[in-house]
Amino acid sequence: MKTFKIGGIHPAENKFSAHQKIQTAPLPKQAVVMLGQNLGAPAVAVVEKGAEVKVGTLIAKAGGFVSANVHSPVSGKVAKIDEVVDASGYKRPAIIIDVEGDEWESRIDRSEDLVKDISASKEDILAKIADAGLVGLGGATFPTHIKLSPPPGKKAEVLIINAVECEPYLTSDHQLMLEKSGEILVGIRILMKAIGVTRAIVGIENNKPDAIALMQKLAQNELGIEICPLKVQYPQGGEKQLIDATIGRQVPSGALPIEVGAVVQNVGTAFAVYEAVQKNKPLIERIITITGKSIEKPSNLLARIGTPLSELIDFCGGLPEDTGKVIGGGPMMGKALLNLEVPMTKGSSGLLIMPSLEAEREKMRNCIRCAKCVNVCCMGVEPYLLMSLVENEMWTEAEAAHIMDCVECGSCSFTCPAARPLLDYVRLGKNKVGAIIRSRK
Amino acid sequence: MNKLIVSPSPHVHGGDSVKKNMCGVILALAPALLVSLYFFGLGALIVTLVSIASCVLFEAIIQKYLLKTEISIKDGSAFLTGLLLAFNLPSNLPVWMVIVGAAVAIGIGKMTFGGLGNNLFNPALVGRVFLLISFPVQMTSWALPAKLPMTYTDAVTGATPLGIMKEGLMKGETVSTIMSKLPSLQDMMLGNIGGSMGEISAIALILGGIFLLWRKIITWHIPVSMIAAIAIFAGILHTVNPEHYAGPVFHILTGGVLLGAIFMATDYVTSPMSKKGMLIYGTLIGVLTVLIRVFGSYPEGVSFAILIMNAFTPLINKYVKPKRYGEVIKK
Repeated sequence: MKTFKIGGIHPAENKFSAHQKIQTAPLPKQAVVMLGQNLGAPAVAVVEKGAEVKVGTLIAKAGGFVSANVHSPVSGKVAKIDEVVDASGYKRPAIIIDVEGDEWESRIDRSEDLVKDISASKEDILAKIADAGLVGLGGATFPTHIKLSPPPGKKAEVLIINAVECEPYLTSDHQLMLEKSGEILVGIRILMKAIGVTRAIVGIENNKPDAIALMQKLAQNELGIEICPLKVQYPQGGEKQLIDATIGRQVPSGALPIEVGAVVQNVGTAFAVYEAVQKNKPLIERIITITGKSIEKPSNLLARIGTPLSELIDFCGGLPEDTGKVIGGGPMMGKALLNLEVPMTKGSSGLLIMPSLEAEREKMRNCIRCAKCVNVCCMGVEPYLLMSLVENEMWTEAEAAHIMDCVECGSCSFTCPAARPLLDYVRLGKNKVGAIIRSRK
Repeated sequence: MNKLIVSPSPHVHGGDSVKKNMCGVILALAPALLVSLYFFGLGALIVTLVSIASCVLFEAIIQKYLLKTEISIKDGSAFLTGLLLAFNLPSNLPVWMVIVGAAVAIGIGKMTFGGLGNNLFNPALVGRVFLLISFPVQMTSWALPAKLPMTYTDAVTGATPLGIMKEGLMKGETVSTIMSKLPSLQDMMLGNIGGSMGEISAIALILGGIFLLWRKIITWHIPVSMIAAIAIFAGILHTVNPEHYAGPVFHILTGGVLLGAIFMATDYVTSPMSKKGMLIYGTLIGVLTVLIRVFGSYPEGVSFAILIMNAFTPLINKYVKPKRYGEVIKK
């Protein structure tokens, strides 16, 4: 079975919410819609305090080339446009809407019917995706329409769909495939049309045999769509690792996947593309996994953007007594949250509630030079070396040791027997070295 | 609500620890220790206990009174150094010499450099080589194997197979005549031969090696490249002149090759970090071992070969890098 060739680890999967049917989360009383929900420039508000909005009304326009529209996820009245503390702990602008009823824009097709025929042209597809404010739903939140428009001179050869879900605990993509496989396949067809390729590969790790079987059955009738089961290994959902695993090509250092002819999209994004193009539905809700060892009901929820995370936790049985840490995303790359009043955003793939027993790190010891960090590094760099270079502020040497190649998967810190915070230091170094590189230009 | 802990990712750890690795190696050494206790009896027991106890004690004393740092003997590394040092000593070595060896191993070999992780040379081998140079007579008079002997310094001594070979060749005898005086292949496999405590039984050491590979404590690169280099180099010499150079099987099964390849050269701290580097390191240890054994004045060369290559480890780490993602562009 295929997998990527360099490094990798096997963290405990802990997929407690696997096979939990997608439930619709209750509407919030007040939705807090962040303006910066995508990688790149934040959107610019186009509504004012007191404006009446429906579900799907455009409330903020893309604020630059790399940016995405934001639509109202609820119906009601704009209470204020103000700064709120986001998941990173910084104050950022948001549109706060008092919810009244649940009235949708009339252009949105809310029926469950599967629309298979793709009538939109390539240009229409890209325009609809841009209008709908789609971003990569795997967590990176890069605006989808830009990823689908390769730079001049570059030609896409293959579309790779990321259905790996290699983060432990998370199950939203898995459940989405089980419940919406037909829609996903239409979404893949739309994406293929948008980038003009005849071949698509769906990479799924073989810890989801039911999803593989279901998708394989459906893909039989679809010319050019292959389902590629992958050997379970973290970080296979990393774009570079997935390209290597599925088509055996490696993206050169510092280059984009298009350099090897690949465009990678998350399976959740493919579903959102279906809804945007076939149903005129902007990105106003998504599937989020609420999970953890002590939470009462680990669940996969369909929740509106802007819903405070605390309300989602309450819906799943409330915050457990022994909670030590709450992580937005998975345990390997997710972000620990400072408070639970932060709202759901387009990039919220999961919420992991961790007991305090597991929340604290082991005491750091001397590096015993066991080379385990080197062996697991999926980019083939040397974490132990990068850490000591950063400790000694040797930025030139750190750059020469390819510190900027690091994708921050965390396998090194996960593996280190001396519990050294390797990735913390590498991140520090990447910040510094990145600034030095930018200042040269 | 309780305060939430905020820290950067990753938020989970694999559960590996320094202690687990050290305990794994100690466990892997158990079969060889049992064989040693069987053939060398009381002597082996005394040397092992004294060596371990003094290594652990010296580490604790140095950390507490000289370095004034936290005492880290619980991580098992000093215990392991003690055990490995004992494995590299004859079972009839007087107690005070064992203590001197432990002091040098821990004091000079390890703590001078800043303790675990910072030492340049394998501490147990530093201790052994210090003793070998300081007390050449005692360090090369080996107790002969018996069945659970209750002897210690009064044990009957004799030469090791490597010693017999070296002496015979110096007298001008041919390899085939010398081989007829040596213990059988079966004895070498089981450990029914003279030698350092832990090096005698090939089977016990290989068993430990399999355990280390299975538990992913070591990778195959160093032991395989070292043994292969010895086999190839010794094989070439043997083919050129079979009456003057012993064959590869003899070289691999005698002396400290297996103990060195599986347990000493694979020491985390003093071996290279990249797999390519490990292959170079292992190969050169193998070549040096044969060079010292065949052309040097000592009958055995594993300890020296490993120590010499320890010195090259930083250089190997600087110039030999792991294969990076995207390094070779495949179109």
